[in-house]
Amino acid sequence: MMGKMLQRYKDGDRMNHWFIALMFVLAGLSGLAFFHPSFFFFVNLFGGGPWARILHPFLGLLMVIGFVGMFFRLWRDNLITDADRAWRKEMGRMLKGDKAGLPPVGKYNYGQKMVFWLMTLSLVVLLVTGVMFWRPWFAPYFSIEAMRVAVLLHSASAVVLILSTIMHVYAAIWVKGTIRAMTRGTVTESWAKTNHPLWHQEVTKGR
Amino acid sequence: MASLQSLDVVSRSATTTPSPQVRQAIPQVAKLIDESKCIGCKACQVACMNWNDLRDDVGSTIGVYDNPSDLTPTSWTVMKFYEVEPKAGSLEWLIRKDGCMHCEDPGCLKACPSPGAIVKYANGIVDFISENCVGCGYCVKGCPFDVPRISQKDNKAYKCTLCSDRVGVGLEPACVKTCPTGAISFGTKDDMVSYGVKRAGELKERGFQNAGLYNPEGVGGTHVMYVLKHADKPELEELPANPKIDPLVSVWKGLAKPLAVAGMIGAMVAGFFHYMKVGPVEEKPEKEEA
Repeated sequence: MMGKMLQRYKDGDRMNHWFIALMFVLAGLSGLAFFHPSFFFFVNLFGGGPWARILHPFLGLLMVIGFVGMFFRLWRDNLITDADRAWRKEMGRMLKGDKAGLPPVGKYNYGQKMVFWLMTLSLVVLLVTGVMFWRPWFAPYFSIEAMRVAVLLHSASAVVLILSTIMHVYAAIWVKGTIRAMTRGTVTESWAKTNHPLWHQEVTKGR
Repeated sequence: MASLQSLDVVSRSATTTPSPQVRQAIPQVAKLIDESKCIGCKACQVACMNWNDLRDDVGSTIGVYDNPSDLTPTSWTVMKFYEVEPKAGSLEWLIRKDGCMHCEDPGCLKACPSPGAIVKYANGIVDFISENCVGCGYCVKGCPFDVPRISQKDNKAYKCTLCSDRVGVGLEPACVKTCPTGAISFGTKDDMVSYGVKRAGELKERGFQNAGLYNPEGVGGTHVMYVLKHADKPELEELPANPKIDPLVSVWKGLAKPLAVAGMIGAMVAGFFHYMKVGPVEEKPEKEEA
């Protein structure tokens, strides 16, 4: 009754994705605790203020390591092409719910690719700036002036990462049939035809 | 950890609601360090160690009198010695007692993410409440004077308390009590400002034309002030000429916080309403297939 299923993500892809997602939640909650007083209560999830401070950089580092794996799996599929630029022009209409006449997309659409690159960029900045004020090991090697730049950039790129993730999660909820790609690894053929027709052609070629 | 009561806390780190404001009649206090009277004996360093029960590790000499060479988690005040030439060919030996300035607008308190780890009392003293310190080091980035030091042993930040425990029960700070030349005085801020201005005037009469009071406005004034022989060039003694909370810290701990929170919550609310307005993207049913 579901029709034919197509494999979109292998087991390794999915485990990699969910490892990053888990670390994102943990690093995000512990980081937000130090960003705004109204989030400080999140430290209680980690055993109090000092423990949240100790764990946060390790959780962030694990997230980055996980993402490095994801990056090498996916970067080629996320290169921006002319077709994406054409798609971008129609994006406003799609957000209004009018999907008809949208240029056909491959494995990822322009929005997904932008999320990928925004996450990549923000994680690079988070890693570099985070190391710069990682107490007690690395902070002593950096000047106070450098660390002031680092903390501001760290916060800004964390906000970019969180906003990208909100978009990422929302799109998965919004476009029905998407979430099972990451939970089960497969999508329905009609999902593929509706949302990623070029990718559908590619994976069904020669059948 | 001070002996002052919570009613005396007028400002508290990482706290968005007002602190108790009923206690209005407490005079602002200040310590005045008159470098022209300082002989560099380091009795203040010893008194600080003694009162606060601090024992720094025995270090090694760096070839000058500075010992230890800088503030540490267990040396909250340090005499700093400077051989300078304010004018070419006129060698001078300046001695400055380094330590927390107790800013009226403390950058450490602004930067601290842990509620109540840094407080400012009604009398103006800025204090670290160690039990709330998480060891992040944000106070180090917030301070315009490079004062807080974080212990490698316990990852807590330390600095001069202005002997808040002594002041709270009507005593003067230990360094003030012990200073043998009267170079350090303690009293109300108003009294110390007028005494400092008077001392600067006396120094001017004695040939130090640029003598003056160091009470920098950029941080709202300080509760530790200096009478400097060369107040026009505080950099001679590693004091910033116009200290203020760094603009990067102000943005990070000011505008960025509400903006980011509004952005993140706003994105989620926008997503919710978008879904309710537009509805999901459904798969096209394709009965003719398969």
